[in-house]
Amino acid sequence: MAHNTITTSDEQAHADGHPHVMPLSVLLPTFAALIALTVITVSASKLSIGAAEIWVAMGIATIKATLVALYFMHLRYDKPFNALLILFSLVFAAIFVGMALVDSQAYQPEISAYDLQQPK
Amino acid sequence: MTHTPVHPAPAAQPDQHGHAEEHHHSPFLAHHFESSEQQFDSGKLGMWLFLVTEIMFFSGLFCAYAVYRSSHPEIFIYAHKFLDTNLGAINTVVLLVSSLTMALAVRAAQMSQRKALIINLILTLICAGGFLGIKYVEYSHKWHAGLLWAGQFHPDFSHLEGAHQEHGEPASAESSHGHTESSHDTTDPSAPRNAGIFFSIYFCLTGLHGIHILAGMGAIIWILVRSIRGDFSADYYGPVDFVGLYWHLVDLVWIYLFPLLYLIH
Repeated sequence: MAHNTITTSDEQAHADGHPHVMPLSVLLPTFAALIALTVITVSASKLSIGAAEIWVAMGIATIKATLVALYFMHLRYDKPFNALLILFSLVFAAIFVGMALVDSQAYQPEISAYDLQQPK
Repeated sequence: MTHTPVHPAPAAQPDQHGHAEEHHHSPFLAHHFESSEQQFDSGKLGMWLFLVTEIMFFSGLFCAYAVYRSSHPEIFIYAHKFLDTNLGAINTVVLLVSSLTMALAVRAAQMSQRKALIINLILTLICAGGFLGIKYVEYSHKWHAGLLWAGQFHPDFSHLEGAHQEHGEPASAESSHGHTESSHDTTDPSAPRNAGIFFSIYFCLTGLHGIHILAGMGAIIWILVRSIRGDFSADYYGPVDFVGLYWHLVDLVWIYLFPLLYLIH
């Protein structure tokens, strides 16, 4: 087993099976982008943009989550199978929440009728 | 050095340092793995699979959130004003900093920098503690204001200073705890029916997330003890990497919780 310790530069690729060491020049800008996106999402929530707001907030959160996964969690340099696992889990989570949302409206007419009969 | 990687019975002894002179591989290589790489990849696959179950675990609560918000948006619009956006934003930044220090800790372990590893793990722990401290401030505030889950939701605004100045004076509210008959009706007539459901979801989501923070702190302390012992190097840093992955996932969940709970308008 050739254990060549990581000595030279941050950026070196590891063709010998050693994993990728994330350089500071990637980690620090990733962190700065995450902080900037946090400021943006807080500012955006103060604007009155109505129904689009939840989608803007979720879009920014997804960008942040992608940055964390790709760079902090090394997913970009990891084995593709691991990335596939997470993608599938997200697909199934989306199916789960999406299907539940479709069904959740099924009894709204009855609930509304009940609410009208029984004011709080 | 004539032995094969699959070594026989003597290696079945506990993985102390005893057989290091005979085998030139890491003392942490378990006997059922061919190589350190195989051990690392297996551990990493296992960690990712665990994170998949974590995502499905949290998606149940996100589903409850989505269903209730779609059918009762008025509850969420009413209730979000009781959450402090500033505290939520500060906690977001605290967790992002902890994610950075965790990533730096993994990097230090990969580069055999023991001191940097220990420092970054301690910084991560401090951030985790700070997060829970801010969470404690938020929870205790809600507890005193009666902003609890459905069934225990009895908002008492005499304890909310600042946000609702028209209700009671803070000085008397501090002294006489739990009074309702003295000055005014302190329950909010504008509260929609079942407003407590928001706080049920709030406490389940943030509570489960908080439990994950606690578990993560335990895992980081374990890694820290092993780092101080000098276990980790460029040859063997799997546990640091795996705990890091878990910690980043906890951060990921908060990245979604923050806008969903604190940034509703």
